[in-house]
Amino acid sequence: MGLDFSVIPKYMDIILLGVGWTVGITVAAALLSFIGGIIFAVIALYAPWLIRQPFRLIEWVFMGTPLLLQLFLIYFGLVQIGIDLPAFVAGIIGLGLHFAVYNSELIQTAILAVDKGQMEAARTLGLSRGQALVKVVIPQAVRAVIPPISNNMIALLKDSALVSVIGVSELTLSAQRAIGKTYRPFEFYILAAAFYYVINLCMEWVQRKIERRISISR
Amino acid sequence: MDLELMLKVYPFFLEAAGVTILLSVLTAILGLITGTLGAAARLSRFAWLRFLGAAYVSVFRGTPALIQLFILYFGGPQIGIQLDAFAAGVIGLGINAGAYMTETIRGAIIAIDKGQREAARTLGLSSWQATYKVILPQAARLMVRPLGVNLNMLIKATALVAAISVIELTYTAQRYIGSTYKPFEMFLLAGILYMIIIYVTGRGVAWLDRKVQIT
Repeated sequence: MGLDFSVIPKYMDIILLGVGWTVGITVAAALLSFIGGIIFAVIALYAPWLIRQPFRLIEWVFMGTPLLLQLFLIYFGLVQIGIDLPAFVAGIIGLGLHFAVYNSELIQTAILAVDKGQMEAARTLGLSRGQALVKVVIPQAVRAVIPPISNNMIALLKDSALVSVIGVSELTLSAQRAIGKTYRPFEFYILAAAFYYVINLCMEWVQRKIERRISISR
Repeated sequence: MDLELMLKVYPFFLEAAGVTILLSVLTAILGLITGTLGAAARLSRFAWLRFLGAAYVSVFRGTPALIQLFILYFGGPQIGIQLDAFAAGVIGLGINAGAYMTETIRGAIIAIDKGQREAARTLGLSSWQATYKVILPQAARLMVRPLGVNLNMLIKATALVAAISVIELTYTAQRYIGSTYKPFEMFLLAGILYMIIIYVTGRGVAWLDRKVQIT
């Protein structure tokens, strides 16, 4: 069986819908991972010992096991305890938590790198510890951490392909659907790869823009 | 938690962990080979080789490994490449890991001071000799730790071959989740085995890193 790319246009609408889902899932999971990363980082650095420990365990498990396995746990585990979420929500939660753990590592380092004098000055000016953290320390840390986090977000885009395995109709599963009708795996997977590559290039472009902005305003 | 069930099925998980380890080792070897070739291409004096190396890294790091596996395994037969799932898994993951390792190896090589090469050339070594006797031995020390990070990612990435039905750890967990409806227990079994594999590998890398450092 040779190659025949002429079958592609007929299924382009399915593929494009898949692209939309991939972008949507990536953005939603990225937001979740960013906010989750900040929360995890603050807990890891400032929470009392007893609260810190379960989070350390979660962090350890999420970093030491494959994302695909975690997605199975979250998707089927939630069903088992009676929470029947749509697959794409489970996918966003899984991707978001997974990358929140990686982001948390980066944010912790960045928070520790913010000069101690900042916290002291904020406290001297009458801010409470919590206020100083939220209004003074974290905004500075977040700025420093945007370039490495954007690397994680590009990794997240690629890992979003995994949610096809739990039945989310994003780009990869859309390609599989088209293949199911045409029996042309090579053509449609190449097409899907091309779309991922283009989205990836767009993200890298945005990343460079942001990095330039940050370096100028410093 | 259903301990009885876990005790009953854990031998299958152990066996599957063996497959995951074998996959990881073969993938790592192939990744190191393609990574070394990729780095050599990216540092070549020929522009077309540099371009080829850069394109390899960009394309394989810019698309999901899962799609790359699917192209090879499902699309391969259309262009005359017929592989069984395990071989497709090793080759697909190996070439993918090689793209990441290319950058690691290249990074270590360009981190070596230029003066080293110049000094070696001044002492009468050929360009080839300078690379193999002076630059690479020093670069190798710098590579150990970042290659360890690549290895860690690679071990977790072997889970992807579950999607092309290689019976390794994640596939086994998935199958038993489907047949027992005990996702947590099955995750625990597979997760512990993954963490052991990754922990031991991490210690090994740390040991090697200490061993090659000059104090």
